[in-house]
Amino acid sequence: MADTHVATSEHPPELRHHFDDMYQQFDSATLGMWVFLLTEIMFFGGMFGAYTVYRSMYPDAFASTSLHMNPAFGAANTAVLIVSSLTMALAVRSARIGSQKALQMFLVLTMIFGIAFLVIKGFEYHEHWVDNKVPLFSQHWDYSNDAEHPHQAQYARQAQILFCFYFFMTGFHAVHMLVGVGIMTTILLMARKGKFSAQYFTPVEISGLYWHFVDIVWIFLFPLLYLIGNARKLI
Amino acid sequence: MDFPLWPEAASSVAADVDHLYIYLTLVSAVMTLLIFATIAVFAIKYRRRSPDEVPAPIHGSLKLEITWSIIPFLVMLTFFWWGAKIFFLNATPPPDSMDIYAVGKQWMWKIQYPGGQREINELHVPVGRPVKVTVASEDVIHSFFIPAFRVKHDVVPGRYDVLWFTATKPGRYHLFCAEYCGTEHSGMVGWVTVMPPADYENWLAGGGTGGTMAQQGERLFEQLGCSTCHQLDKQGRCPILRGVYGSQVKLADGKTVTADDAYIRESILNPNAKVVAGYRSDVMPTFQGQVTEEQILQLIAYVKSLAITSTAEAPAGAQPAAAASTQPNGGKQ
Amino acid sequence: MSTALEQPRAQETPNYLNAEYGWKSWLFTTDHKRIAVLYLISISVMFMLGGIFAMLIRLELLTPQGDLVNSDTYNKIFTMHGVVMIFFFLIPSIPATLGNFLLPIMIGAKDLAFPRINLLSWYIYIVGGLFALGAVVMGGVDTGWTFYTPFSTTYSNTFVITAASGAFVAGFSSILTGLNFIVTVHKMRAPGMTWGRLPLFVWANYATGLIQVLGTPVVAITLALVGLERAFHIGIFDPAIGGDPILFQHMFWFYSHPAVYIMILPGMGVISELVTCFSRKGVFGYPFIAGSSLGIAIIGFLVWGHHMFVTGMSTYAGLYFSLLTMLVAVPSAIKVFNWTATMFRGSISYETPMLYAFGFIGLFTIGGLTGLFLGTLGTDVHLTDTYFVVAHFHYVMVGGMVVAYMGGLHFWWPKITGKMYPDGWGKFSALLVFAGFNLTFFPQFITGYLGQPRRYHAYAPEFQVLNVMSTAGASVLALGFAIPVIYLLWSLKSGPPAGNNPWGAKGLEWEIQSPPTTFNFDQTPIVTEEAYAYAKHQEEHVG
Repeated sequence: MADTHVATSEHPPELRHHFDDMYQQFDSATLGMWVFLLTEIMFFGGMFGAYTVYRSMYPDAFASTSLHMNPAFGAANTAVLIVSSLTMALAVRSARIGSQKALQMFLVLTMIFGIAFLVIKGFEYHEHWVDNKVPLFSQHWDYSNDAEHPHQAQYARQAQILFCFYFFMTGFHAVHMLVGVGIMTTILLMARKGKFSAQYFTPVEISGLYWHFVDIVWIFLFPLLYLIGNARKLI
Repeated sequence: MDFPLWPEAASSVAADVDHLYIYLTLVSAVMTLLIFATIAVFAIKYRRRSPDEVPAPIHGSLKLEITWSIIPFLVMLTFFWWGAKIFFLNATPPPDSMDIYAVGKQWMWKIQYPGGQREINELHVPVGRPVKVTVASEDVIHSFFIPAFRVKHDVVPGRYDVLWFTATKPGRYHLFCAEYCGTEHSGMVGWVTVMPPADYENWLAGGGTGGTMAQQGERLFEQLGCSTCHQLDKQGRCPILRGVYGSQVKLADGKTVTADDAYIRESILNPNAKVVAGYRSDVMPTFQGQVTEEQILQLIAYVKSLAITSTAEAPAGAQPAAAASTQPNGGKQ
Repeated sequence: MSTALEQPRAQETPNYLNAEYGWKSWLFTTDHKRIAVLYLISISVMFMLGGIFAMLIRLELLTPQGDLVNSDTYNKIFTMHGVVMIFFFLIPSIPATLGNFLLPIMIGAKDLAFPRINLLSWYIYIVGGLFALGAVVMGGVDTGWTFYTPFSTTYSNTFVITAASGAFVAGFSSILTGLNFIVTVHKMRAPGMTWGRLPLFVWANYATGLIQVLGTPVVAITLALVGLERAFHIGIFDPAIGGDPILFQHMFWFYSHPAVYIMILPGMGVISELVTCFSRKGVFGYPFIAGSSLGIAIIGFLVWGHHMFVTGMSTYAGLYFSLLTMLVAVPSAIKVFNWTATMFRGSISYETPMLYAFGFIGLFTIGGLTGLFLGTLGTDVHLTDTYFVVAHFHYVMVGGMVVAYMGGLHFWWPKITGKMYPDGWGKFSALLVFAGFNLTFFPQFITGYLGQPRRYHAYAPEFQVLNVMSTAGASVLALGFAIPVIYLLWSLKSGPPAGNNPWGAKGLEWEIQSPPTTFNFDQTPIVTEEAYAYAKHQEEHVG
């Protein structure tokens, strides 16, 4: 194969052949990740938009559903994610300055917090399951009145839709978290193999962008789904 | 072989729509021919005569760009304005329209007249009188389309929509379903028969065999047990219905709504959505699944017919209902 | 600048096609040119499948009765014609084939920014295609390509989720292509290749990439909700429990209207290249054509409601959408005028690609103008959901997009393959396409105004003559599409070598060999002149 690629004096092994230099490669990768996050905004935005439409159509039913949300779980998850973003940012910084040990430590911490998020979510979903608030499965959907929530059965129809959105929005978010944990695993393995240095940390950087984005989606989800209508419970 | 190239025009808006269409066609034809001709002229006049010729570049002209942006846009604004006029006209049925109800259901049109006549895939209307068709769907989205009248409206489940027309020429015209709705979408067709007024009266006099829609609604009202709670002349556990149609109703959450067709339909299918002030929720059961869209229309016709009479107790907040209109009266509790 | 050297036979010169052999070198390639060829093959297969469905539709519509196939089968056929053609042919076509091949070369780069993601997008396309084919083979889907609820969520008894999944997956392929193009144009331009010197084909694909990236995720979530509702019987769009079927339409058309600009913008980019080359003259109004691509992309996101004027939305919403629809027509008109002005005092030749360009301008003008009939509220009430709409979108999609695609294919075929096809056959097919196309679709404007609704298996007898005309035209059109397959494939084996620049065109792609080497350029080019600088230098005509 005729390789007409011009050899340059400095050719780091991570430089892919179609790029002129590492700066161009880094710039392209980060722009690419930002564009990808833009698509994610539109994806979640579609769901947020539909949810907003239904919420404004049925404000009373919405207020009713918020009685069944547990803001303690939501708050715990928020705290976990914010801390994980901190550790992620520290991981990126460690990569930038070439601190291998610190990089790996912060990656592991980030993963731990990410998994903690998913575990807490699991508990929360389980609570909904036991409480029969999962409209996807008819055996686990029951919006009748009970001692704690009298006069709610009238909202059952719309509550079903709103709960669906709750599960879809948090569910798609959780899937993105899972993917994020997978990405972190890959980055960690690469870090352990010594792939990163102050000259080359692009995968860490763009994974960090992804992680922060998933965090930000949660920052919007939390007040929208848990806090509004539930403020009294927290105080 | 004789085949049509232009649909019949048989309604009061058809001529206007046709004129707009012709205007659009003329402008488009002129524009198209202009471009075709210009390109043809250029293609011939400036054809390559020698293999080496390289013409001088012409980079552009801001004046031209502005001109051929603004002028077409202004022309398009005339399209927009004329079209909007017609659209607004279509959106407002005249106050003295006669009512017809069309329920779309896979795969037929079930037509009901206030007098109780019922038809399937056939519609009879008089010449020269505005007709207001209220459309509802039993299942999926359909669309009520009469090409000769140039009217169309989607028939969306869960709501009522209204289209109106005034037929201007006696005859028989196609009725089509225009929104894909499944297997026999192309079979969901029928005929609109426009009759001179005298013939129409005769046809109406043929009558429905079940009584008027309001009478059929009254029978349903008994059969379904509505009358046990909604006593006609006595305040019971439930809001009194005499005179409620068209009035302003105050709800438990403080809002006020007009008791129109959609309100009554919702009250039957989802009673807890809007609970009247002073009454409890969770009392009236839902009739979802127990009544068809046609039957709901009959019940609405019945409720509409409950006017205030002097001997009956005039319930607070209700006003005498006007004959066939839905004008809110502004009475509040 | 390369000089016009006599090129040795392409098989002997190393190029991207003979650089490596074997199926692995193709299926694991990261070379944007090979990926473009992979797409070219898959898209052609999908086009043929969609075309077969089209022929079945036209055959059925020869007679007013539904006598060729039964209603359910017919409903599946037109649905799958739409799904295949839109999601698996029109949306990817020019960007994934010509765009992939040419974009890096046109800006002086060795490849796209993310070659592996490029390959991934092809695989994702194949997976999506397999879902769609699966739906076809298992028995079809009958919701219409628009998947309107509640029919699609509750009433249809066909493979809705499978088909919707195919579209969902194909959407990711589209997103990745757009993402790649955006980053490439931003970051990989050669020295001297400023934004103002980019070929208009690049501008067009860039604007397309913006739409792909912003719009496709919305249809993804919309189809996901439909699938979830169908699987779990929830009722987001089910009015019986308070859902809103019109919300589906808003969400669906929020993507699907910009999607039509994904389809047409690249075609417009091709036409800019063709008109300049075959007028041998710089384009008239470069900033306006470039800017109009962006304008169409942006305004295109604001007009979706014009598909829904008769659904019962407020009259004021109707006013807004109608007005914006008039506005979005302006940038398209600007392009047509600028192309025409480019020909003024040009040096025009009539090779096959130029014939397609002429065809595009004419047919797109008609298609675009008839869009105004539909954007005008008063006429739309009568015309929506009739064959007028079908005629309108086929004029812009087939008369516009596909004609541009054919033109581009014929223009860059010598560059892609190193071979030349017989121009006489090319011209003949172009004329067949033009004639067949008009005969097929012009009568549909008439039947539409008469009131023939869309998606009708059986129709009122008075529409028959026009329908027969339409079917006759479809046969000619099919022939017009079939013949190029033959002579293009023939040229691969027996066509004369094309040389670097058989058309005497300007552009970085014409300065490298045909077919190009794997890394396109021996040395990164340094760009010193504007796009289409025909007058600066006399190009020697080679070939």
